[in-house]
Amino acid sequence: MTQVVISSPFVSPSNSLRRLMINVIIGLLPGTLAYVWFFGVGVLINITLAVIFALGFEAAILKLRNKPVKSHLNDYSAVVAAWLFALCLPMHSPWWLVAVGIGFTMIAGKHLYGGLGFNPFNPAMVGYVVLLISFPREMTTWYLPIEISGESIGFFDAIAYAFGLADIQQWDALSSATPLDQFKTLSGQNIPISEIRQSPVFGNFIAFGWEWIAGGWLVGGLWLLYTRTIKWHIPVTVLVSTSFIALVFYLSAPDTIASPLFHLFSGSILIGAFFIATDPVTAATTDKGRVVYGFLIGFLVYVIRSWGGYPDGIAFAVLLANMCVPLIDYYTQPRVYGADTQGKDE
Amino acid sequence: MIVAILTISLMAGLFGLILGYAAIRFKVEGNPIVDQIDALLPQTQCGQCTYPGCRPYAEAIANGEAPINQCPPGGQATIVALADLLDLEVLEPNEEHGEHHDIPLVAIIDEQTCIGCTLCIQACPVDAILGSAKHMHTVIADECTGCELCLPPCPVDCIDMVPIKQTIDDWKWSVPQQQQDLVHGQ
Amino acid sequence: MDNKSQYKLHHMHGGMRLEGYKAESMGQPLQQATLAEQLILPLKQHIGETNKPLVSPGDRVLRGQLIADSSSPISAAIHAPTSGKIREIAPHPVPHPSGQSSDCIVIDVDGKDECLESAAVDPASLSVVDLIARIRDAGIVGLGGAVFPTAAKLSRAQSQGIDTLVINGVECEPYISCDDILMQTYSDEILRGIGYLQQIFKPKSTLIGIENDKPKAIQSMQLALDSNPLANTRIVMIPTLYPSGGEKQLIQILTGREIPKGKLAFDIGMFCQNVGTCVAISRALDQDEALTSRIVTLSGDAIRQPGNWEARLGTPVRHLVELAGGYLDDQAHRHLVMGGPMMGFTLPSDRAPIVKASNNILVMHQQTFAQRLDNHDECVRCARCTDVCPAQLLPQQLYWHARARTYDKVEEYSLFDCIECGCCSAVCPSEIPLVQYYRAAKSEIRAAQQAQFKSDRARIRFEFREKRLLLKKQQDEERKRLKREALKKKQPQKLNGDSTVDPVQAALERVKAKKQALEGTQTLKNTTNLTPDQQQKIEQADARRRAAREQRT
Repeated sequence: MTQVVISSPFVSPSNSLRRLMINVIIGLLPGTLAYVWFFGVGVLINITLAVIFALGFEAAILKLRNKPVKSHLNDYSAVVAAWLFALCLPMHSPWWLVAVGIGFTMIAGKHLYGGLGFNPFNPAMVGYVVLLISFPREMTTWYLPIEISGESIGFFDAIAYAFGLADIQQWDALSSATPLDQFKTLSGQNIPISEIRQSPVFGNFIAFGWEWIAGGWLVGGLWLLYTRTIKWHIPVTVLVSTSFIALVFYLSAPDTIASPLFHLFSGSILIGAFFIATDPVTAATTDKGRVVYGFLIGFLVYVIRSWGGYPDGIAFAVLLANMCVPLIDYYTQPRVYGADTQGKDE
Repeated sequence: MIVAILTISLMAGLFGLILGYAAIRFKVEGNPIVDQIDALLPQTQCGQCTYPGCRPYAEAIANGEAPINQCPPGGQATIVALADLLDLEVLEPNEEHGEHHDIPLVAIIDEQTCIGCTLCIQACPVDAILGSAKHMHTVIADECTGCELCLPPCPVDCIDMVPIKQTIDDWKWSVPQQQQDLVHGQ
Repeated sequence: MDNKSQYKLHHMHGGMRLEGYKAESMGQPLQQATLAEQLILPLKQHIGETNKPLVSPGDRVLRGQLIADSSSPISAAIHAPTSGKIREIAPHPVPHPSGQSSDCIVIDVDGKDECLESAAVDPASLSVVDLIARIRDAGIVGLGGAVFPTAAKLSRAQSQGIDTLVINGVECEPYISCDDILMQTYSDEILRGIGYLQQIFKPKSTLIGIENDKPKAIQSMQLALDSNPLANTRIVMIPTLYPSGGEKQLIQILTGREIPKGKLAFDIGMFCQNVGTCVAISRALDQDEALTSRIVTLSGDAIRQPGNWEARLGTPVRHLVELAGGYLDDQAHRHLVMGGPMMGFTLPSDRAPIVKASNNILVMHQQTFAQRLDNHDECVRCARCTDVCPAQLLPQQLYWHARARTYDKVEEYSLFDCIECGCCSAVCPSEIPLVQYYRAAKSEIRAAQQAQFKSDRARIRFEFREKRLLLKKQQDEERKRLKREALKKKQPQKLNGDSTVDPVQAALERVKAKKQALEGTQTLKNTTNLTPDQQQKIEQADARRRAAREQRT
């Protein structure tokens, strides 16, 4: 065989996947801390379990596929996917729920398509949506923020519950629908906003606790933009399109329809815009395409929240937009240098 | 009931007319299939397929008389291309017809030994050998297809097939290693 | 200086801000390299047809003497860079990405450095055709790296008409500083060269583009321009951005115009030439001096004293490295590159010579260039490559299709508009050697095109032969038929006219006659009706051939 000649450029790489993934993890920290602050250690247990399962699945599948295990585990992509997945779960989830979800995330969402870089759908959202459809009861058992319930579930209780050693019944009093869910249910009964907002879960501003968590995602998102881990197109267009549609409807009936601010700060739209929709593998790749993709997600989120069966829509919106990516990419190709310039001077 | 039957029949007739018109109006003037097949064959004109040249083989394929795997110079690539064109199954090359050489060959006449019998000139399918009776012959290397048809008639065995020497001008960049593993390995 | 600041620059897509590393080799002024003991001159140092040697081993040559040339219009002659004796014409390692050897003329240098007599005439008195012919005779090629024969480019551009002359002093690749030092040292000659280009084209404007990281070069060019003003000529400072020195990119930055797909700069009235080429043109016309030397940068973190040397073509790289104080690393731990780090190629051996294209010799520690060669990560479609691509391609799409070997798709995504600048590979977080995928795909496609071309020719020749054989067969049959008819007419006459003849005898004679007739047709050759003179010549030739054969055996 002829000797393999290595081509230029001969430069040490300025980026690495690992670096990008670490940036994402750093960006997730403020929001995650706020989440833990308001809702207790259950969140951390979810994340830890998810990461452990994800690494386990990833290693096992890589081994089965005869791929180098260590270098792929070291790129932290599995950690990021698991972390994002865990943040979607209710704060106290049994271990098997995490395991099933992560199993779908890593196997069906990622490796069945060929592993990192080949999956058309956001793996974390695949896992989450499978759980949402298959285990509606577990996936909708949310809890009140600690400050409202006045009672926190201790670390050991939470662990015991996660591993099925404690009974769920004892905490029934602490459970509550999320603000988005409550809003959807109540406004569906034509109850005016002023009355809906009497419930303590909405707090003084938008949604008690959730607004701070959303603020954490925003801070982390700005960090991602600052470190150029992501570009502005997707997050900005997602947020702008949701806000704009929400504003139009809000202005048409401010008494019964939620304000744009409520939409931005009550659910998962900020984490979705900065961390989920921006997953490069499954997002559009051209700048123009990203704008289209972002608008599509923003639009779908509002549609699903307002008229769909689920209180929040980011997961479905992202998955639906993922489906459109090849089409978007194809029709938003940039004009190649020198193409169609005949007769054009400037 | 009758109205429905009439409507549907009318629509069927109408669409039929539109389709019929479209078939005439937008008819695709395709290359005759023989030309398309011939374009995919390597034009070595070696006859290893048992047909006297590439075009006769193309005709035989077009008529369904010959399988697509009888062309050793074209190798697997030609089979894949033919299968793609004719929507046939990809076959393994038929070893009976000869071996595929990855590096193309060219005939070279040993000028010391050549007696000038002109037999090779008559055998060459692409007129790539120059010379006249009792005078030494030579191969026009650029035109030689490496078909080896000149070898058997030579009474003094003065023709050799040599691999074409790779030069800087036809050197190829290699695909990075991982690629090769993916295609040929796993 | 102020007219410079008014100039409106245009935007170029993508590109990268790279660390320059230019100070290393700019620490000392331009030095003249000593003569090496042996000069090695590859027969092909340009794009186009390979030259044929015009000297044989043992010949003594003088500096500037033509030693290899080609009759092809796209070629550049090679001249002896110094005086000496031709040692051999044989394969030798040459600077080429393949690392293979190619035919070279090797000169044993005698150290006297004697020149051919100069035949310079006043260039102002020359016609455009003569100017271009003189540039052709001097063997000048584009010294920016493309090595396209300048005369061929000039004559095509001249026939198209040029309104803007762009002079490229950008030098955007890291480490390289040969044009920087050239502009500081030979600014007058550069301007004279530009003057001759203006004489050829009579352009409406001339723009000299220089990156703003070379203030000294800009200053010295401006000084030279102020003292010897040229018509409608201005120096334009452009921002430092790789690869703004590419011809397409520089034209875009300076004029805002793009060269349409599949066209060349002169199709839109632009002509771009490197500053080094301008010096070569001025020397060729002013002093009748052929291109026999060039400035080479030696730089990198594994060489002792980086700097710039003006070296004769054919000087082995090793000789220059010794002038620069030698290597800091042993062979196994250093990486020798000809050209810059972004677009250069690995030199397998320092025995390879400096050629017309050699602007830079980069000597780096092996680990500086550490690449994950055999196992890069998968593409995560982050599209950083799209952001930096100056040709506005979609490198990740090209990569998918190049990797899957779906070459029709690769071409659909405009692979051949890729200028191989290397930006995409440099920013890729998965460290995919993208450019190598593209280069491999390009060579595969070119090889396939060549094979197609060859097979088309074979088809034509085969079909022509078939037709010819058929025609011959028909003609033979026609002849036979006529003969048969003629015989049929004769036979009855014979039988009737002389009935006393024995029928057996008659039959025998008929056979004989027939035989003779057939023989007559068969032995009819082009050697049948020769004059004695011709026959004598043939015999002489045969005798010579016999003698030659005997001599050989």
